[in-house]
Amino acid sequence: MATVTLADDLKPLHHPRTWIGKYVWSQDHKVIAIQYATTAIAVGLLALVLSGLMRLQLAYPDTFDFIQPDNYLQYVTIHGMIMVIYLLTALLLGGFGNYLIPLMIGARDMVFPFVNMLSYWVYLLAVMVLVASFFVPGGPTGSGWTLYPPQTILEGTPGADLGIIMMLVSLAIFVVAFTMGGLNYVTTVLQARTKGMTLMRMPCSVWGIFVASIMGLLAFPALFVACIMMALDRIAGTSFFMPELVSMGNRTGYQGGSPILFQHLFWFFGHPEVYIVALPAFGIVSDLVAVHARKNIFGYRMMVWAIVIIGALSFFVWAHHMYVSGMNPYFGFFFATSTLIIAVPTAIKVYNWLLTLWKGNIHLRVPMLFAIGFLFTFIHGGLSGLFLGNVSVDVPLSDTFFVIGHFHMVMGVSPILVIFGAIYHWYPKITGRMWNDTVAKLHFWITFIGVYAIFLPMHYLGILGVPRRYYALGETGFIPPSAHLANEMITIAALTVAAAQLLFFWNMIWSLFRGTRADPNPWGATTLEWQTPDTPPAHGNWGPKLPVVYRWAYDYSVPGHARDFIPQNAPPASAPPPKGEGA
Amino acid sequence: MAVAAAIALLVVASILFHLLSPWWMTPIASNWGSIDNALIITLYICAIAFVGLNLFLALALMKYRARPGHKAHYEPENSRLEKRLTLWTGIGIAAMLAPGLIAWHEYVTVPEDAAVIEATGQQWQWSYRFPGADGVLGSAAVSHISADNPFGLNPADPFGRDDILVETSELHMPIGKPVKMVLRSKDVLHDFYVPQFRAKMDLVPGIVTYFWMTPTRIGTYDILCAELCGVGHHMMRGSVVVEDQQSFDDWLSGQMTYGQYLAQNHAAARTRLASADVAGPNGGQ
Amino acid sequence: MSLFSRLGEKSWETPGVPAEDPASYRPEAARVGLIVYFLVATFLFLLVTSAYFMRMGVEAGHGSHGSTGDWHPMPEPPLIWINTAVLMMASLAWEAARAMGRRGMAAPMRTAFLSAGLFGLLFLAGQLLLWRDYAAAGYFLAANPANSFFYLLTALHGLHIAGGLFFWLRALLRPRGAPLPVELCAAYWHFLLLVWLAMLALLVST
Repeated sequence: MATVTLADDLKPLHHPRTWIGKYVWSQDHKVIAIQYATTAIAVGLLALVLSGLMRLQLAYPDTFDFIQPDNYLQYVTIHGMIMVIYLLTALLLGGFGNYLIPLMIGARDMVFPFVNMLSYWVYLLAVMVLVASFFVPGGPTGSGWTLYPPQTILEGTPGADLGIIMMLVSLAIFVVAFTMGGLNYVTTVLQARTKGMTLMRMPCSVWGIFVASIMGLLAFPALFVACIMMALDRIAGTSFFMPELVSMGNRTGYQGGSPILFQHLFWFFGHPEVYIVALPAFGIVSDLVAVHARKNIFGYRMMVWAIVIIGALSFFVWAHHMYVSGMNPYFGFFFATSTLIIAVPTAIKVYNWLLTLWKGNIHLRVPMLFAIGFLFTFIHGGLSGLFLGNVSVDVPLSDTFFVIGHFHMVMGVSPILVIFGAIYHWYPKITGRMWNDTVAKLHFWITFIGVYAIFLPMHYLGILGVPRRYYALGETGFIPPSAHLANEMITIAALTVAAAQLLFFWNMIWSLFRGTRADPNPWGATTLEWQTPDTPPAHGNWGPKLPVVYRWAYDYSVPGHARDFIPQNAPPASAPPPKGEGA
Repeated sequence: MAVAAAIALLVVASILFHLLSPWWMTPIASNWGSIDNALIITLYICAIAFVGLNLFLALALMKYRARPGHKAHYEPENSRLEKRLTLWTGIGIAAMLAPGLIAWHEYVTVPEDAAVIEATGQQWQWSYRFPGADGVLGSAAVSHISADNPFGLNPADPFGRDDILVETSELHMPIGKPVKMVLRSKDVLHDFYVPQFRAKMDLVPGIVTYFWMTPTRIGTYDILCAELCGVGHHMMRGSVVVEDQQSFDDWLSGQMTYGQYLAQNHAAARTRLASADVAGPNGGQ
Repeated sequence: MSLFSRLGEKSWETPGVPAEDPASYRPEAARVGLIVYFLVATFLFLLVTSAYFMRMGVEAGHGSHGSTGDWHPMPEPPLIWINTAVLMMASLAWEAARAMGRRGMAAPMRTAFLSAGLFGLLFLAGQLLLWRDYAAAGYFLAANPANSFFYLLTALHGLHIAGGLFFWLRALLRPRGAPLPVELCAAYWHFLLLVWLAMLALLVST
């Protein structure tokens, strides 16, 4: 294959000549990033539609005949699985990780570009297998995204024949893809930083994605193992998770297995997984706030340490998802303590974001608006997590709408707001064009207020005792008619927010062709990705010479300097800025 | 500016929502007030944080918005401030955790005088068993389950003979007496949840799980399955009737014991044999 | 600089370029990637092992599943020891290849490289034979949890062996002049031997 070696390079760069080599079977991290992002967003839209169907059923229980308990549960399951794994994880690590890491650390590409390319196509295969599960007899699994045995592979749960097998296969393929990608992200950060880019000069975005990648490499094996064992239980009749039981009046051949074993394996993966989603969001939002407030991220060292500590601690809290699972109850003491301890570094990050804004010079541009939206909703979601982590308080709240409100707020609302902010923020660099500001602001306001309106009431329904994963509430002695009104209001807000996303897509696509040409560094950011000689960055990113880094990533509003930022590759003392600088 | 106002307004709106919302804890009908207290303490501490942090955010957005001539401060870190914030956060966390752990300690410590009631779950209904006069539940296992033996009781176990079987989904309990709910599942995971009791626990096939509680208010309460168990999960309902001791005793004495159940089945089987067997030498015994 | 001191750096206080060019002290990317992969695989095998113990009932307080008494350990036929010896031979061959590589003896190194992979192939074939023997003797996958875990562990290990063979073959099929990745392969196969020995100890003792 064709390669080119530029000055300062340690190894040749893969240099394709055909269109297919450049944009389809591409080994360029920027193209792969776009591939990941578009695939993740496309499948995410499917999940959004499924959530709309779920909300229609919950708000108008006797209206939609085509939504029955079995397909309702299938929507619940696939919505959850897509959102957590195929959208958030893939977009934040495969999408943003691929795009930003080499640029932010001054590398030409990832260290294993061929494996990087392969990781995308394997991810795409995983997505296709998942979507294909809609077309097999019995449809996709309806076991909830948590896939708990024994129900998942028994009659009585939709998709127990074929759908679950497709799901398990899809997840196993995803883990392979993720491992390939993760190896790239971690090794690249360790081995390909340009001269002068020490670990503590890396922007928070890289730290968040880096630590999340390490966590993923260690956590996904648990999911992989659990999937294989469940597949063997289903196909080969083993009893890893299946105790002796009578299913719908029929004796089965299983015996001795432990459903709780599955839960331990699943949540050993599952809890780190939510931080794998959260940490890149934390890192990215730190950079959004710093750039648009023209101020260094407050307490950078503590921010980095907090990311590392949260990453490490997240492997010790998993059984807070299992307080009422029937596991040894004395474990509850340990896991409640570890869970509430992890709240401390998380809280410090919140304080530091707020302290970055304090005494800043805050430009309320759209990326900053989304960052503020993140702060507000993450404070809410993080606090509601304390209720659930506090073991005895979790007892009445477990499996109610309180849990749904909490995890949507911290996974579905805050990181999504960061993703929007990040896309708006880096759009001018990726495309060379600027988006329409008015439409973007409208998108922000409807989305921000709307998602809060959707998920805030759910916490109260949960405190009342309304259970989750119920096709219909039916008659109860304690749920007032106003709760049905709540469901309607939530659904209307949800459909409105979903529709408002059209504004976003319109803006992104229209601006590609008609947006004003953007300045190479419109926000005046210090980090390396804004200092490339070309915008959008050309193949190889830096031209003939790799950048040399002289300073940390947050020299904003440094006293004694005329401009309110100093790029990372600007030499100390004198030096006029390198060519190609923005305002 | 708009966003600063929006944040402040959202804080106010959230507080109003909380105060005006008709959706709150059901009136408690068990001894688990300590769980409610832990929840309220957590709520107040979190509310202080929610209001404080967001108003600080709104203030920062207003005071430090970009305008001509305004410049940002340069302060890379403030270790003292960060250490103090860490300390106070730790104290706040401990203040929430302590009552929670104390309540949990109570939750896992079953009183010695607790009466045992067993709830069995299956897709998609509840059934119950009382230990009867001997105070001991007979052994049971999935391997014994049959059409004649839906509870899976071990016919050879003498302790099971006086067990009282309740096959309808309505469970009765006497008020004021601690109860250890012992939970079994015939097939998949379920969860026994009565919102008014606050307590709940999963039913796990293959093992026996439990929780305990003391009902403190007379009334009838819904049992909701709280662990997804298939397409009938939302319909797996039951009810708990908490009543005075006399009414409870009356109800209990009206239920069948396993011994009676066996005898009834035996008699029915003999009747079947007798009617089916017209001229055979083995008819009747 | 240790990792901890690097993470404690106050990077805003020290602008400028560090004297040493990182390229001079950083290990090769492929090596780092391999070590990271070792962590992944270690977690994989550790997780299956902890599931193994849970199922066996060694862990107290997880309910009474494992102690139902349905755990029947599998016998150890001679073949399992023969396969172990074969895998050890592979590691020896890899060490020989490394030694020759260090001494610049290209042709003997290539021979050692070739034989090491062949031993690996022999091991894999031996494992498949072992499976066949167990099945013939009635120790099926689903019959007993001990069996299930045995097949699961050996399958996961076998997959890694197959992966190693893939990269071995790919390296051999490169044009003659291209350097053989002896160090990386040797490290990988030693890792697989260690995993196998740990698994063997587990299976034999329980």
